[in-house]
Amino acid sequence: MSATAPPAHWRRMRERYRLLGSRCETCGATFFPTTKVCPKCRRKGKIAQVEFSGRGKVYSYTVIHSAPKMFEQFTPAVVALVQLEEGPMVLSQIVDTDHKELKVGMEVEACFRKLFEQEQSGIISYGFKFRPVNDHWGKYYDNKDI
Amino acid sequence: MKVGIVGYGAYIPKWRIKAENIAKVWGQDAQTITNGIGVHEKSVPSLDEDTATIAVEAARNAMKRANGVKPSEISAVYVGSESHPYAVKPTAVTVAEALGLTPYVTAADTEFACKAATAGIQACLGLVKGGYMKYGMSIGADTAQSAPGDALEYTAAAGGAAYIIGGDGVLAEIEGTCSYTQDVPDFWRREGSLYPKHAGRFTGEPAYFEQIVKCSKSLMEKLGTKPSDYTYVVFHMPNGKFPLKAASILGFDTKQVTPSLIVQKIGNTYSGSSLLGLAAVLDRAKPGERVLMTSYGSGAGSDSFSITVTDQIEERRRLAPPVQYYIERKGYLSYSIYAKNRKLFRE
Amino acid sequence: MLKKREVAVISAVTTKCGEHWDKGIKDLAWEAGVKAVEEAGISGKDIEYLVVGNMSGGMFVGQEHIGALVADFLGLNPIPSLRVEAACASGGVAFYQGYLAVASGLYDVVAVGGVEKMTDVEPEQATSVLAGAMDFEWEAYFGATFPALYALIATRYMHEYRLKPETLAKIAVKNHYYGSLNPLAHFRNKITVEEALTSPLVADPLRKYDCSPISDGAAVAILAPLDIAKKYTDTPIVVEASAIASDTLSLLKRRDLCTLDATVNAANKAFQLAHIEREDVDLIEVHDCFSIAELLAIEDLGFCKKGEAQNLVEEGQTYIGGRIPVNTDGGLKAAGHPVGATGVKQIAELVKQLRGEADKGRQVDGAEVGLAHNIGGTGATAVVTILSRRGA
Ligand SMILES: [Zn+2]
Repeated sequence: MSATAPPAHWRRMRERYRLLGSRCETCGATFFPTTKVCPKCRRKGKIAQVEFSGRGKVYSYTVIHSAPKMFEQFTPAVVALVQLEEGPMVLSQIVDTDHKELKVGMEVEACFRKLFEQEQSGIISYGFKFRPVNDHWGKYYDNKDI
Repeated sequence: MKVGIVGYGAYIPKWRIKAENIAKVWGQDAQTITNGIGVHEKSVPSLDEDTATIAVEAARNAMKRANGVKPSEISAVYVGSESHPYAVKPTAVTVAEALGLTPYVTAADTEFACKAATAGIQACLGLVKGGYMKYGMSIGADTAQSAPGDALEYTAAAGGAAYIIGGDGVLAEIEGTCSYTQDVPDFWRREGSLYPKHAGRFTGEPAYFEQIVKCSKSLMEKLGTKPSDYTYVVFHMPNGKFPLKAASILGFDTKQVTPSLIVQKIGNTYSGSSLLGLAAVLDRAKPGERVLMTSYGSGAGSDSFSITVTDQIEERRRLAPPVQYYIERKGYLSYSIYAKNRKLFRE
Repeated sequence: MLKKREVAVISAVTTKCGEHWDKGIKDLAWEAGVKAVEEAGISGKDIEYLVVGNMSGGMFVGQEHIGALVADFLGLNPIPSLRVEAACASGGVAFYQGYLAVASGLYDVVAVGGVEKMTDVEPEQATSVLAGAMDFEWEAYFGATFPALYALIATRYMHEYRLKPETLAKIAVKNHYYGSLNPLAHFRNKITVEEALTSPLVADPLRKYDCSPISDGAAVAILAPLDIAKKYTDTPIVVEASAIASDTLSLLKRRDLCTLDATVNAANKAFQLAHIEREDVDLIEVHDCFSIAELLAIEDLGFCKKGEAQNLVEEGQTYIGGRIPVNTDGGLKAAGHPVGATGVKQIAELVKQLRGEADKGRQVDGAEVGLAHNIGGTGATAVVTILSRRGA
């Protein structure tokens, strides 16, 4: 498909690899995907690139049981709208999760995964997905016997 | 100039398969096998994980610990692996792009079975010490292949570790390194083959032990150190037995080896193996403690490193998850799902 | 500016929707076109302008240039003919274009068509084609499907308004009930709430019976100025208003995930233009591509407050005899969803109802005013059309 052709993949690659969006330096608003204009400031807005932290909360989710060929191998896959801590909403899969623990408001963080492979000999598209946040690893450093 | 580790990071996929589930499929006795190799379960990548994704996760953890190092200051990225996603197209560029290190950076994939990434660390040491760059990064990551039913299936695992090398903000100084290399046909994979082959017991004495032992000895002689100078020793871990035997040949005791012996819980992560072992040691070492690490790559060669932990370690390691967190973060797969994830079913 | 003329529908017809293995895109267009001309009592030569709604002839059957193709196949050359595309709202947008052409005084007799041939490709392929209506780079690229996007809306809706899957199932049950009474419907079978709730999950919480099918079909409407229309028929159906609104292509930038603002805006505009109140509307044909979409439509069109459409469904108020009958032909769910034809098919249903010619058991008695609501994508395009039998 032309929309997944190497040049099309490459044009959006950095945004997908690093979760890049835009920030209006005039009013401070952040945007995803990247924008050329701040809808509030219009011509007065100065748009700069911003790398999001990757932290966010599940705004809504679904488990896909019927997927197009490109994504068939991942079914049942969790797809979610994630609201980033900076504000913008993004859509991607949630991985490394038990479907039973899914809920609106669940804290997630971005990770780097394969989005799909373009048949066996084609290019591999990588990008951000999300996984549940685990902040409890600090305890390991307080335990002398790790 | 003190040169050494400025940041390190680990990553291990969440999924595991138990040796007993593999043994059941092939009609083997699980007890005999786990006793023989000392590996009870191994890590398995998700369908959407490969060497590039594991390398990026480990590298991002290394960046967190390399307090204050700007992406643009890292001028070299090496990814050592024997499971690069592409035969032609470097994993290292994907990693460099995902970390925002591009475009003024040299990037290359290295391959020397399981020691490809320690070769990368040596390259970084040279570039930094020679004044060519401020920081370099080397990552060892693999989603190790094994033919269904082969003995390797019990150990071939997935994981990786990343190291940022520099002369500023060193949390573990590398005082010396040396290598020991010969042409030994103990393990190989031909171009176009899906799975590696190995020469059975020949992989032991003339291959693993010969290189590991001679390389480690050579470095200690050069530096005038002895096993008792080191709190920890880390070796490549093809199974749970070989590192213990190598240690005993060299005169280390078990206590010096076990903190890095993560192979029992996650299997052999190939290019990630010795580097994940070192990460597990750095997760607990105290300032001033010394570590001897010797990698091993079939074919065959070893790289030894003598490392002294600095007083920066305690603050900085807390900035990213420890190896033990990843070991305990797990979910089990059946053999059939494992086979699907590892693409053992082919059209 | 040209003075706006009153526009009426002389005839509006649809083919049966479903898996038409023996019919290609030309055959479907032919069937609907001939039927419409016959019903209108006009000759093909009377048609001055043709607009065809089609979402993706190129991807479904490898055929582009649909405007010329339909004009050629119906023997209408050399009249101007063009295709319009707005994903699943292509039909509604085509109708809007035809309406503008007549209202402006530029043409008198205009044919508006919609056609889609979807079953020549495998269902997974059709899913991929339909995904072209969302934001490919930031939704489809990350694994979203259409059912998944509406499922995201449904999950959030359930979270905010305590909607139960049973309520969604009741929407499907109603639509299958009316489908059973409609000989042109894709599905003629009645279903139970139990069957709907145990049907396979497509994108949790949406199940098979929450999703409209992949259908082949075509529909055609013939428009003319009201005074001319009266020459051809005793029951011209007046186009009181036709309005379109747009919204963000993707769900990422929506003001509120549970509201399709395009529907709200198009509806407000249409009611304002028509000088008609919601209470005066006797039935609505809404875009129930998924059960949740029917719920959103009832609210966003202004027939109840946000979060309250579930009460109307639970009380049976969306059946004939209730407060606002919805999708009396079976909707997209049961009557079928040949994407580019759907918006025109809805007009055909309203015309039938307003003329009192609907099939036994599904006629809204004394229907005077009807509203059609056609959506593209997840609501990036909404078309709202209000028709009345004022001209009869
Ligand atoms: Zn602004």
